Amino acid sequence: MIAQPDNSRLKTELIIAGMIAFFMLVVMPILNAQGIISNFTINLWGKYLSYALLAISVDLLWGYTGLLSLGQALFFTLGGYMHGMYLMRMIGDLGQYQQPIPDFLVFLGWTELPNFWKPFSSFPFAFGMVLLVPGIVAGIFGFFAFRSRIKGVYFSILTQALTYAAAIMFFRNNLLLGGNNGFTDFKFILGFDILSATTQRWLYIATGVTLLGVYALCRWLSKTKFGLVQRAIRDGENRVLFSGYAAADYKLFVFVLSAMIASVAGALYVPQVGIINPGEMVPAKSLEAVVWVAVGGRGTLVGPIIGAIFINVLKSWAARAFPDLWLFLLGGLFILVVIFLPGGLVSLPERLRPVWAKIRSWFPSRAVAVTAPADSDSNPTKLN
Amino acid sequence: MSHPILNVEDVSKSYDGFKAISDLNFYLFEGELRTVIGPNGAGKSTFFDLITGRAKPDMGRIQFFEDDLTQLNEYEINRLGIGRKFQAPSVYRNHTVWENLLLSLSGTRGVFAALFHRLSSDQRDRIDELLKLIRLDEKRDLHAEQLSHGEKQWLEIGMLLASDPKVLLIDEPAAGMTDEETHRTGELLLSLAGKHSLVVVEHDMTFVKQIAQDTGVTVLHQGSVLFEGKFDEVQANPQVREVYLGRGKHEP
Repeated sequence: MIAQPDNSRLKTELIIAGMIAFFMLVVMPILNAQGIISNFTINLWGKYLSYALLAISVDLLWGYTGLLSLGQALFFTLGGYMHGMYLMRMIGDLGQYQQPIPDFLVFLGWTELPNFWKPFSSFPFAFGMVLLVPGIVAGIFGFFAFRSRIKGVYFSILTQALTYAAAIMFFRNNLLLGGNNGFTDFKFILGFDILSATTQRWLYIATGVTLLGVYALCRWLSKTKFGLVQRAIRDGENRVLFSGYAAADYKLFVFVLSAMIASVAGALYVPQVGIINPGEMVPAKSLEAVVWVAVGGRGTLVGPIIGAIFINVLKSWAARAFPDLWLFLLGGLFILVVIFLPGGLVSLPERLRPVWAKIRSWFPSRAVAVTAPADSDSNPTKLN
Repeated sequence: MSHPILNVEDVSKSYDGFKAISDLNFYLFEGELRTVIGPNGAGKSTFFDLITGRAKPDMGRIQFFEDDLTQLNEYEINRLGIGRKFQAPSVYRNHTVWENLLLSLSGTRGVFAALFHRLSSDQRDRIDELLKLIRLDEKRDLHAEQLSHGEKQWLEIGMLLASDPKVLLIDEPAAGMTDEETHRTGELLLSLAGKHSLVVVEHDMTFVKQIAQDTGVTVLHQGSVLFEGKFDEVQANPQVREVYLGRGKHEP
């Protein structure tokens, strides 16, 4: 509320974030190298962390700017495809058909690489495209959407339609991006065996470092005047317009930035799961990320990370324990959080504080008893 | 007081066949404080919407100095120096009072300027000065949603002043205020006249009497000007009494 406590809360957040980051980025990889944490676990957590990145991109739009985009799955998948094209090139002639071009192209009757595929043999080029392609798509779409002042549910529907249209396009074989099957059977990344434990560990670390970087970037952004304008648009766009700000420019900037973050998340995700196909490019996936943000805590930066990890850990466990019921579990959890914990999991400590204080007053500690002896008489202290 | 700075000429605007504004003419001079009164549905809000770019007129001209306002949108018009206070206080409720003023300070409004914005000591002083003026100095670190209704109204007026506009359009500033707050608001507005030009829409006749004693009053009726003059003349005018003053609450 007041500047002072806000800063101290931020400090606690940064200290906790630093400790978790140290554990996840240094301790876990070392334990993995020692064989104490399994490769499977590291790989799974690499996936969770890229989901956390996607969740941040959703929250930057929804929680901070008030724009509920259902197009984040599209940008996530686009990033995956851009990186996937590089990984496909790295298979070389080790595919089923033992041709120097990707198998699906051989299958479609190509003998030579299509021109647009050629530069993707270069990792820096592919990486540039990971940022550029979703950035341009978001830029063009956002330019028209925000200029026409499309907002609220109409914006959600439009981004959903965009995702759906793109998915239909990617399902087609003649887009020359693998159609239905997408890309898989990756073999090498930057000259390393992609399936080796060491490579997977480094991919996990890279994802964690990226997440940390994006977190720091968004933290900084929220502290600038830009961040103030962004939240002002969320709370009162009229006032912003009538104060001389071109709200559309600000929204466009956030939309492009979060498309790029989602895309990087997708690019990190693909080498860790080993496959990318248009099945990922559906509005339902975007919605899932929205649920992570809502459960974790909208409008905070830690919330989406916690939400993405919490739900996916839960999903991994529940999908094995109750394969038929886990979707109900997820839906039920979402409803419960929205109704009883609108601030998400991150607001739990604050919500529990009064409860905790009450419980403590039932069981007065010795210190309390000394200062306020009357209390111990009036309170039920049977359990003491 | 030779040339008006804001010229509204022969302006009409209808919504679904309803003529909210018809053949309206309105001139505002530099440093003037003008009060606009009129019964509900007289077109007062639409009038502000047309000037500030929220709505476009079907016909007519709206000119501010050399600029044709009908061709510009909200933020472009604001940048020319026209600030608007809404009827329901419109402040950023999750921002502190101080941040609300910071966002309203005059200066560049671009995305990249905002990313690398550094507050100068002049701007800091300006915010302090405004906080004192609107009597929210003690509450600078409170979130705007924690303010009382009257305080929010004052904050919004402070936000307008922060951008140092040439013209302030103020919609029912006294709504929801205590008598004392209303009186202080009146004093504040009177003190602003001269340095700024003001158009104040108001219902509360005690308040109108306070601010319009020596300044002009425009009476709107069915979307056009019914009468213009001093407060006493307005009160004395039989036509005005019939459509407005005679009907309803008010006035000894």
